[in-house]
Amino acid sequence: MTTVETPTPRKMTVIYSRADKVFRGIVTAGALTSLVALGIIAGFLILRSSGTFREFGFNFLTGTEWFSAGEDPLGGATAAADEANDGSIFSIGPMIVGSVVVASIALLFAVPLSIGGALYIEFFAPRFIYRPLVILLDLAAAIPSLIFGLWGVEIFTSFGVRWATFLNDRLGFIPIFSVEFENFGRSPFVAGCVLAALVVPITTSVAREVYSRTPRDLIDTCYALGGTKLGAIRSVVLPYGKSGVFAGIMLGLGRALGETVAIYLMLNLVFKYSFNILDSTGGNVASMIALKFGEASDKEISALMASGLVLFVITLIVNTIASSIIQRTTPRA
Amino acid sequence: MSNVAALTGSTNPESTVPTPQRPWAGRRSERLITFARLVVFGVLAIGLTVVTPLADVDGWAVAFLILNFAWVIGITSRLGTKERRNAIARVVVTALGVVAFVPWLSIFATVLWRGYRGLYPGYFVGDMRVTTPDDELNLGGAGHAVVGTLIMVAIATLITLPLGILCGIYLTEVRGRLTFLVRLFVQSMAGVPSVVAGLFIFTTVVRSMEKYSGLAGGLALAVLMLPTVSRTAEEVLKLVPDDLRSAGYALGARQWRTAIMVVLPTVRAGLITAGILGVARVVGETAPLLLTSLNTNGFVWNPVGGTLASLPTYIFAMFNYGTEYSVARAWTGSLVLLSIVSALFFLARRLGQRKNQK
Repeated sequence: MTTVETPTPRKMTVIYSRADKVFRGIVTAGALTSLVALGIIAGFLILRSSGTFREFGFNFLTGTEWFSAGEDPLGGATAAADEANDGSIFSIGPMIVGSVVVASIALLFAVPLSIGGALYIEFFAPRFIYRPLVILLDLAAAIPSLIFGLWGVEIFTSFGVRWATFLNDRLGFIPIFSVEFENFGRSPFVAGCVLAALVVPITTSVAREVYSRTPRDLIDTCYALGGTKLGAIRSVVLPYGKSGVFAGIMLGLGRALGETVAIYLMLNLVFKYSFNILDSTGGNVASMIALKFGEASDKEISALMASGLVLFVITLIVNTIASSIIQRTTPRA
Repeated sequence: MSNVAALTGSTNPESTVPTPQRPWAGRRSERLITFARLVVFGVLAIGLTVVTPLADVDGWAVAFLILNFAWVIGITSRLGTKERRNAIARVVVTALGVVAFVPWLSIFATVLWRGYRGLYPGYFVGDMRVTTPDDELNLGGAGHAVVGTLIMVAIATLITLPLGILCGIYLTEVRGRLTFLVRLFVQSMAGVPSVVAGLFIFTTVVRSMEKYSGLAGGLALAVLMLPTVSRTAEEVLKLVPDDLRSAGYALGARQWRTAIMVVLPTVRAGLITAGILGVARVVGETAPLLLTSLNTNGFVWNPVGGTLASLPTYIFAMFNYGTEYSVARAWTGSLVLLSIVSALFFLARRLGQRKNQK
């Protein structure tokens, strides 16, 4: 036997002509424009919010008070608002906790639903509804969140209240299901359910995509060894798609944390740490920004910028985790 | 197919390859029986909702699920645990799948059912200058909101389509030193919460122009649209076979000529799709517009002439007004918005399919 030596590839040098250099320059400039624009915008955001961070420090993230003295940002601030120390206090602790609480409730429902939904579409659905289901799934991901909010308030609330009442009746002795007032309509639980409906299309379509890429021969091997469909799913499909589905869930989490209008319509914003998910108190950083923005003073705007920055950083971390996993798991084209 | 043809030694594969058989698939009679069983269970579940505390549609669903469970456990009692688990898993997964789809079907149905009431031809030409939200539904309209949305989406598209395509070309053709950085930024931009995009533009554009405007709204939408467009453009450009590029180079074309005259025309439909998907992504965005362009009651054609209405903010305002007619107006607006999104979505699909067929 003789070993065949593969020759090492020759190093190639590319010399670009002037026209090519111009072309590459233009394209690079175009790609960099977006980078620079984002950089400038983020810079402004940091600059404008730095005052708030300097004044309130770490307390901005943990405090529970939001009080402002001032007027509309474009109508000119009042004299009181211009002074450095006018008694305004800004902090978003309950809103951060609220965001996490609502997003967790949403994921609690969305994760099983989307994994089940993806498995159903890929492995159980009859052939003739497979394509309509996939189309509907993609279309559902494009429904504006505003419409989810409307639907949540007008249609879902009656169901949500019934479920919340049931939970409170049967499990009210557990602290998180206890309430102060029996008025469940605008509780984090109901809002979380609507948010789940909003997140499910995203996570399901990622999960379905991942499951559909499971190597067919591995599944067939399972069947050939006498395995059932459940066996094939448990031993091949689920392990194969684990990281991809996790990435999809993180994308959904990012969406849930940053959701604005649906939460705005569904929740009462209350600046109080609350873990009673059936109580009509809650909040979310994004919807708080939209709510307080209308009549915000100059200083309050700076505080809102700071809240936006916090939200931005949180979602950036979540999304970076998701996209790095997706990049690692998708085969390169 | 070619493997089978080789095994059977045939030269004409189409005539000898048997159509794939699926012996495990249920026969027609079996499927009919299954269907009949589900109908019977459905009726029984209605009965259960009457006699037990379970009520309404969700109660019916629970009853239906319990009946199915009972049936599956009963029918598999003679089989082994493996088969039983499989049958139970089938019921569970099917139930989860159906439940996952119910909210969206409900949303489509609700928007159609509540939205069509307020629809009349004048809805698309009228505005709300002399009509209060509480007036009868055959007065006023959302023409001004549609125009505002069109203006802002047009601004966003004009900015992001060239930039997004340039980003895509940079990532696939030029592959410069910053490829990693550009891709990272585009991906992290995709995760920017929409309200934060609105804040971005408020701090920069609205503050420096000292007024809310359609231009600011369009820019905020552009921030949200750019990632979608550039990522789709990149995906599409990746699909161009390297052979085409090599052929271009072999014919003596420089890189710029190959890119502009070979690669880009090949994926024209795909690039249009990228634009359409981007538009579909931002046309329903509400939060950034609440911070940048607000709402008006009349037609405004000037993108820098102060506040500008848009469909989402129109719906939002009507819904928050909270009377019977104003909420009906909000639903009608939602119907128009959802129709636009769906139309764009199917247009993009259509273009994508035609591209794949070639």
